[in-house]
Amino acid sequence: MAAESGSNGFNIHPMDQFLVRPLLGKTDIGVFTPTNVTLWMGLTVLVIIALMVLAPRRRAMVPGRMQSIAEVLYGFVYKMVEDIAGREGLRYFPYILTIFMFVLVANVLGLLPMSFTTTSHIAVTATMALVIFLAVTILGFVKNGARFLGLFWISSAPLVLRPILAIIEIISYFVRPVSHSIRLAGNMMAGHAVIKVFAGFAGVLGIGSIAPVVAIMAVYGLESLVVCIQAYVFTILTCVYLNDALHPQH
Amino acid sequence: MAVETGTVDSSVQHAEGMPQLDVSTFPNQIFWLVVTLVVIYLILSRIAIPRIREILAERSRTIEQDIETAASVRAKAVECEQAYEAALDKARSRAREIVAEARAGIAGELETATEDADRRIAAKLAESEERIGEIRADALRSIEMVATDVADDIVRAVMPSIHDSGAVRAAVAARIADTGGA
Repeated sequence: MAAESGSNGFNIHPMDQFLVRPLLGKTDIGVFTPTNVTLWMGLTVLVIIALMVLAPRRRAMVPGRMQSIAEVLYGFVYKMVEDIAGREGLRYFPYILTIFMFVLVANVLGLLPMSFTTTSHIAVTATMALVIFLAVTILGFVKNGARFLGLFWISSAPLVLRPILAIIEIISYFVRPVSHSIRLAGNMMAGHAVIKVFAGFAGVLGIGSIAPVVAIMAVYGLESLVVCIQAYVFTILTCVYLNDALHPQH
Repeated sequence: MAVETGTVDSSVQHAEGMPQLDVSTFPNQIFWLVVTLVVIYLILSRIAIPRIREILAERSRTIEQDIETAASVRAKAVECEQAYEAALDKARSRAREIVAEARAGIAGELETATEDADRRIAAKLAESEERIGEIRADALRSIEMVATDVADDIVRAVMPSIHDSGAVRAAVAARIADTGGA
């Protein structure tokens, strides 16, 4: 879609915001080249440090605003892990919190104008989804041995249906990392691209640009919501997969 | 497959197609992602999680302690009230005891005093009766003597021949004994 707009006079480049660029003049991107990915992931780390380490540093008995945010995030994820994956799942709470904080903060930072959204890239979300998929599968076999395969053999269904259901279950199991990663990246990319398209309209419509500006505000409000919901969804799915690994019986 | 083919404009680099599908940037993104996630994990698991957990634990501990303190204070208050009630009860029963004792003491004294008085009256009565008896005996003796003398004199004057002082005395004594001591 952006390819054609680049050549003609209609000057909208909604996909430019997703370009991976080197930070320092070089044009070729190696594995270790500092890029805008590095910059925005680094900022994500800094925000997480500020929020989760610096905000509660005074260990106030009655928390201030920032400490409250840290406590709420902690409690929210802790309860989510406990509710979905059970008490055994709490062992993996630090990993889940890491995923949640990264996705949430990266998403929110992506809403800043001129920013780069690291979670809009399929390379990032697919890597996370694959690591989660592999980790959960290995964990399932380590914890349950062959009983983990019971996840695919639905004992509550009629015997005739079980092989068919098993095939469906296996397919759906292997599709998990795909849906897990594309859901997040797709949501981030779509919303940001739409905002950028409206912004392009606003640039050429003159006085009529009030309409796209209002639309941008509306979409931005929606995106603020989507950004948090997608972080939540990504994390809760991780918890669900973890629960399947810990308790394969349906 | 490098979708992005450098610049279209001379100054600004534009994306062609989806930059997300530019595989050439994948190793770079994945490398930095891994670095970022490891750093975040270390920060959270080493510093943030213990810190927040400690804060939450301390808060719940403090709240628990406060509730405990409140409960113990209330228990103490109840205890105090009970002690007060007990003291009051004790004082009341002690007062009752004292009153009863005093009443008993007074009654005892009264009884002994009455007994004493009765005894003294009885003694006086007995003494008086004795004296009356003595007086009566004296009187009887005097009467007997007078009667004997008179009878003796009469017998001697009327019939001097058969006068016998002994017989007269005996007759008078018999006569007096006959009529009784009263």
